[in-house]
Amino acid sequence: MTKNLRVKTTKLIDETYKISFKFNGTTYYGYKGDTLASALLANDIHLVGRSFKYHRPRGIMTAGSEEPNAIVQLHNNTSLTEPNVRATEIEIYEGLEASSQNCWPSVNFDIGGINNFLSPVLPAGFYYKTFMWPASFWEKYEYFIRKSAGLGKSPTKPDPDIYEHRYIHCDVLVVGAGISGIMAAKTAAKNGFKTLLVDEKSYLGGSTIYQNSENFKINNQTSNSWLEKEINEIKKFENLEIKIRTSVAAFHGYNFLLARENLTDHLPVEQRKNKTRHRLLKIRAKKVIMATGSLERPLIFDNNDRPGILLSSAIEKYANLFGVMCGEKNVLFTNNDSAYETAISLFKKGINIEAIIDNREEIDSKLIQETEKNNIKIYKGYTVVNTAGYKRINKISIMQLSKDGQKVLGSKISISCDCLGISGGWTPAVHLFTQSGGKLKFRDEDQVFIPDKYPSDQISIGSCNGDFTLNEILSNVPNSLRKFLNIKKTDYENLEVHSSFNKSKRNIWLLPSDKVIGKTKPFVDYQNDATAKDIKLALREGFRSIEHVKRYTTTGMGTDQGKLGNMHALGIISETAGSKMGELGTTTFRPPYTPLTFGTIVGRNVGEYFDIFRKTPMHDWHVQNKAEFENVGQWKRAWYYPQNGESMHDAVQRESKAARDSAGILDASTLGKIDIQGTDASEFLNRVYTNAWSKLSIGKCRYGLMLNEDGMVYDDGVTTRLGENHYIMTTTTGGAATVLGKLEDYLQTEWPELDVYLTSVTDHYATVSVCGPNSKKIVSQVIPDLDFSDENFPHMSFKNAKIGKIKCRVMRISFTGEHSYEINVQANYGKSVWEKCMEAGKEFNITPYGTETMHLLRAEKGFIIVGQDTDATMTPIDLQMDWIVSKKKYDFIGKRSLYRSDTIREDRKQLVGLLTENPDDVLEEGAQIVGDMNKSPVEMLGHVTSSYYSPNLRKSIALGVVKGGKNMMGQKLIIPMESKQINVTVADPVFLDKENKRLNA
Amino acid sequence: MFIINCPYCGEREQSEFKAGGEAHIVRPKQPTELSDDQWAEYLFMRKNIKGIQFERWVHTHGCRKWFNVVRDTSNDVIEAVYKMGEKPPTK
Repeated sequence: MTKNLRVKTTKLIDETYKISFKFNGTTYYGYKGDTLASALLANDIHLVGRSFKYHRPRGIMTAGSEEPNAIVQLHNNTSLTEPNVRATEIEIYEGLEASSQNCWPSVNFDIGGINNFLSPVLPAGFYYKTFMWPASFWEKYEYFIRKSAGLGKSPTKPDPDIYEHRYIHCDVLVVGAGISGIMAAKTAAKNGFKTLLVDEKSYLGGSTIYQNSENFKINNQTSNSWLEKEINEIKKFENLEIKIRTSVAAFHGYNFLLARENLTDHLPVEQRKNKTRHRLLKIRAKKVIMATGSLERPLIFDNNDRPGILLSSAIEKYANLFGVMCGEKNVLFTNNDSAYETAISLFKKGINIEAIIDNREEIDSKLIQETEKNNIKIYKGYTVVNTAGYKRINKISIMQLSKDGQKVLGSKISISCDCLGISGGWTPAVHLFTQSGGKLKFRDEDQVFIPDKYPSDQISIGSCNGDFTLNEILSNVPNSLRKFLNIKKTDYENLEVHSSFNKSKRNIWLLPSDKVIGKTKPFVDYQNDATAKDIKLALREGFRSIEHVKRYTTTGMGTDQGKLGNMHALGIISETAGSKMGELGTTTFRPPYTPLTFGTIVGRNVGEYFDIFRKTPMHDWHVQNKAEFENVGQWKRAWYYPQNGESMHDAVQRESKAARDSAGILDASTLGKIDIQGTDASEFLNRVYTNAWSKLSIGKCRYGLMLNEDGMVYDDGVTTRLGENHYIMTTTTGGAATVLGKLEDYLQTEWPELDVYLTSVTDHYATVSVCGPNSKKIVSQVIPDLDFSDENFPHMSFKNAKIGKIKCRVMRISFTGEHSYEINVQANYGKSVWEKCMEAGKEFNITPYGTETMHLLRAEKGFIIVGQDTDATMTPIDLQMDWIVSKKKYDFIGKRSLYRSDTIREDRKQLVGLLTENPDDVLEEGAQIVGDMNKSPVEMLGHVTSSYYSPNLRKSIALGVVKGGKNMMGQKLIIPMESKQINVTVADPVFLDKENKRLNA
Repeated sequence: MFIINCPYCGEREQSEFKAGGEAHIVRPKQPTELSDDQWAEYLFMRKNIKGIQFERWVHTHGCRKWFNVVRDTSNDVIEAVYKMGEKPPTK
């Protein structure tokens, strides 16, 4: 039977609303408002998980997002499952099922726990050092390491939840709704700023809201009731938006912040249906006020990680906010006054405190006096040297500290307990500030990093700025706000503040022990099981940079990013290495501050919304005719049209044969089309293409190759001269946008004197390409008024024509090597022209073909596809396309690069044809090409770029790039495959109709 | 994400723009008369400064105009923007 450890709760807990939940299969009860952590503690459960490396039992340590230990798996083995959820953050709901992670078979008996006893042989860098030799064993090691590593389990089922993104623009963003944040939000809103206030918790008011103590008063009211009134007031402002359960993940430059708004994780599962789960807020704020508060530091001593050891402030929060006592025999261990606040709170609630261990010797403050008045025993000048209790702390040993804090003296005193609260003072939460590019400074007096230089219009206020006491906050925050918001006054001038807090602190990063360091386990990073010993070892082994020590020891690399222990790691390094904290710097704080789900990051961009896709005007026809589609850039292109359950291979063979035997029809609408006009249009084309354009007469088409300035082929296509100063350029489907961008770049920046205008018209025209020996008969039926005779309309020319009333441009150009026409019409007529061609072609068995057949047909002719046969390392010379490079032109883009020492090398990879010894062997695209298999190491000469079985030639054909291939015509090469070697002969890349007879057939 | 003040459109999100590398590298008027080294200097050599850098940007999803930006690469503060063909600001 578990105990009920609930004492009087606050308003934030609804005791009339009982919630049942499961933890490791057992049903427990909590109240509405509880976190999983508070509900477990109320049921006397501390042991929640096992540590990462040593599998040591671990419990709840904190009450917030900094939690390193109490991370659980939710709804294991369902599609809702989520690993590494902090029990301190998840609010319980009816039906919640949580389980421990990183333990097998159970959290109570974990086989990995043996690592704890092996720890002397598992030092920092153990994996780096041990699993290196022999290298061939790595695969075996990896299996075991992976099995024993990792925290939670990744979901294996699709995420059923809905996520979305939202942009927010505001004048003032306030991050954190503690006392400082509330003051800031109210002041901003009252002065007319459009304000957004966010806080990661489910309630407003931070830690002040549950601090019901006579020791902290504002204008004669306890600080929490004063703040409550302020909160009620800010809710009235229409220009203030308040978002709770909203955690800022990233603070980028120019005041751009990303925050995750958690909308449904606290609701029972059945109430989440059709609701957005998380919303990623993309916030652009004119001004940012960081009021992110501070995190309590632990203390570093031997076995400081047992279940039952919590931060002192967490114990206070569980008692004051949730009405939960973390133990019945509580001991507090502190180096500052904060633990006394906890002590007084517990005492008032009737919770037993056995003792307080304070490492300061000479101390006095109102809080301490009050504590002593309540007969709580205080050991002054003592430190905890060890703890006992495997799955729950049951005893601590304390010893007296030497004056210099380096040693312990006297004899050990044992104190039995079931809960130990530790308080090492406070660390400002400057993570987001530094992410934004802010620079920190080190304040020696209390050993904290605080904001120094702001990179944008922002300030940090309150305890994240190092103002830890109520006095400091209420006197500094109004000043900061006045200056930052440029206003005359705030509501917070001349408040009467009463605070009993004394700032004295005795900071010792690593507390001394009666044992030598090698024999102790003082944990610095709880989640990653890094101890002070590991850090010292790293330093002994020569690591100096904090970034290197971090990676070697994995300190600060867990899902909590070392929110608790990073400062201690720095402190221990600086003490051991004898360097100053301020000079050592910190490790880089990187987004996200707390983990984000993948769903939040992708938002609605999933499934069909993953990316934009573009459809041609004939798309519906392709769908109706059962086309399979392929993605080309953003376009959906018909890939092939299987008939009667044909395989892709069979469909492509049929289509390819039909196109050469009679007629084929292709939707070529996706090709990029750029309209070029202006008196310098010809000169411009001369400069951007490798060949000459000035002499192209009106009504003629020409193929052009475009290079980058480095001489490498960039794009190709046919350009037609429509008029004296008017051209239409086609580009590859995928290259359309970048070609336009590149041309605009040259026009605007290098040649602004040219009179040229560029307009993208890709979407404005639909293009129907009809090819094959019967193509002329078909298009002349579709366009009866046009004279299709070879004399009037030869290959590589263009005519304006009309189909009924529809204007069209007809080009006689060919990418297949067949007699072929392209009809361009205004896009919305595309489908009807396509259907007309189909109708006219019926008697010739006109066959629609897709991109795969197009590729096959052009490969038979040895035509390249930029991006398939080229890869930005191929010059036109490498492609054996010397014929297209003008020798006469003085200059064009890339010309000079064609005779650089590297581009004139004879042994560059060059495009060649490849024929297999066995004509039925079809090569794999991407396969390596080898000359001599016996040479060691085997030299890779190149690779296959295009490969097909040609139904028209009845043999396998391929294109490939081979070092020095140009001069290897007829030579035998080898394609080694997994199962066999394929012998190939280097051939001319033009496999079919070298004489181009078919163009005029 | 920066906010860039396009000289033609005004302040817009960085996602509307594309960066085009170092500014004020003029394409040689007579490339064929350059040695390999001189051509390589134009083609490949870029300063990649930590600090104040003059660079080219284009308002791709806007007016599609190219212009110059003076940016401190150490903190991404944009000190100035000016049109193509204009002289870079001194100081």
